[in-house]
Amino acid sequence: MDLYSEIILDHYKNPHNKGNLKNPTCKANENNPQCGDTLAIELIIEKNKVKEVAFTGAGCAISQAATSMLTDHLKGKNITQIKNIKPEDIYKMLGIEISPGRTKCALLGLSTTQKAISNYKNAKK
Amino acid sequence: MINPTEIKKDFPILNRQKNGKPLCYLDNAATTQKPRQVIEAITHFYETSNANIHRGIYDISEEATKMYEETRTTVQKFINAASPTEIIFTRNTTESINLIAYTWGEKYIQKGDEIIISILEHHSNLIPWQVLAKKKGAILKFIPIKKTLTLDLEKYKELLSKKTKLVSITGMSNALGTINPIKEITKEAKKFGAHVFIDAAQISAHQKIDVQKINCDFLAFSSHKMIGPTGVGILYAKQSILKKIPPFLYGGSMMTSVTLEETEFAKPPQKFEAGTPSIAEVVAFKSAIDYLEKLGFENIQKHEKELYKYAIQELSKIPNINLITPPEDKSGPVITFTIKDIHPHDIAEVLNSENIAIRAGKHCTDPLHKLLNLMATARLSFYIYNDKTDIDRTVKALKKCIKIFT
Repeated sequence: MDLYSEIILDHYKNPHNKGNLKNPTCKANENNPQCGDTLAIELIIEKNKVKEVAFTGAGCAISQAATSMLTDHLKGKNITQIKNIKPEDIYKMLGIEISPGRTKCALLGLSTTQKAISNYKNAKK
Repeated sequence: MINPTEIKKDFPILNRQKNGKPLCYLDNAATTQKPRQVIEAITHFYETSNANIHRGIYDISEEATKMYEETRTTVQKFINAASPTEIIFTRNTTESINLIAYTWGEKYIQKGDEIIISILEHHSNLIPWQVLAKKKGAILKFIPIKKTLTLDLEKYKELLSKKTKLVSITGMSNALGTINPIKEITKEAKKFGAHVFIDAAQISAHQKIDVQKINCDFLAFSSHKMIGPTGVGILYAKQSILKKIPPFLYGGSMMTSVTLEETEFAKPPQKFEAGTPSIAEVVAFKSAIDYLEKLGFENIQKHEKELYKYAIQELSKIPNINLITPPEDKSGPVITFTIKDIHPHDIAEVLNSENIAIRAGKHCTDPLHKLLNLMATARLSFYIYNDKTDIDRTVKALKKCIKIFT
């Protein structure tokens, strides 16, 4: 299967939800030291559900496309649903086979999102 | 003169196909491929002479010991060390550097002493000294680079003082290919009585090394970066120093007598080779050196220079490519680059689909990438078996990559 499918390239070239939010409820940063990718995710959570989401950062096509797709998926989801997103769900969204060397790229968006959610929960405590 | 077409035939892995295309291996700064002669030397050793060394009173052990020590003598001659006892086998260059940091460094580096390295160093020639300096309260200083991506030797001279206890420098940058004037750097350090460590992991594959001419105190390199097996590092250290420093690892083979209370350590090099080493790999490393010497380092360099020139010429034609290279006469066969708006990992991935292996990332030189304001880079590194066809295939694949991403 072609790694750089049309859908991945489309998300990479025209990422969804890229930018910053005004007054986000929670946020998190992550980076991938191996390849230098950086990612920041911001969320607005209302009534336990994601109302808005945005991301900034730079990286490879896989990490950027995966994050773009994930942010679409996050909207309207509740916190438990987000916590339960598995790596397999991301691979399914991407629709390609991810080699061991690229799993970090594919999962950077997910790990950053889940970090933002834990930040939110910790802040509420 | 080198004929890469003939040389390719000696390297079985280069026949590996993907979608009908043979492997084009351009990650030689990471590790090199192995010729049949080296692979057969390992097999031959295990099939005919395998035994532990320095102990058995039987034929195959004596034979194994003789073969292991023959490599030591070959390495001694290869780098023109004064004696084979100055050659210590380790696992790799990293371990060789750590050996000196943990023994010589522990004993001689004091609070307020200064250690000079350069901004070009691989993490393996940075972290051991950084940790040592922190532990001892010593100061780590860095030779900067000029816009040409070569070391600023004027700044280096300014950094040197009576406080300088060690200068540790790579012979050739793994990230940019910059070849450093190690003889001159050593000479300047010696004016202040500093010790000098040369990280020869990259340079040893491309240039003939003469430790006595360089006059360095320590030099390290790895077999695997010069068509030899993995698991074999070399540490050269002057005999006068080896006699004064404590062992690195303790255990079998490194002692002469042991009681429950005391141990008398063996003389160098055994003192620094505790435990069973990579015997078969050390034995086969001799075949690698023999192979390279038969080709001749002058011929190797001539071939690499020609290929480098051709690659630069062809790569320069690619739109939006940014070549991050020192001047041609100061570069080894390494070309680092970025392409506008395409992440190096994506470049490497597209090249991989064409069965071309290159490196993408920071090449274990994070501080250098930070200095150059680069998130990551792509790197081609050539060796004896690469030819113009490999460059042509790479250029074609890079054009394909640009087509995909723009």
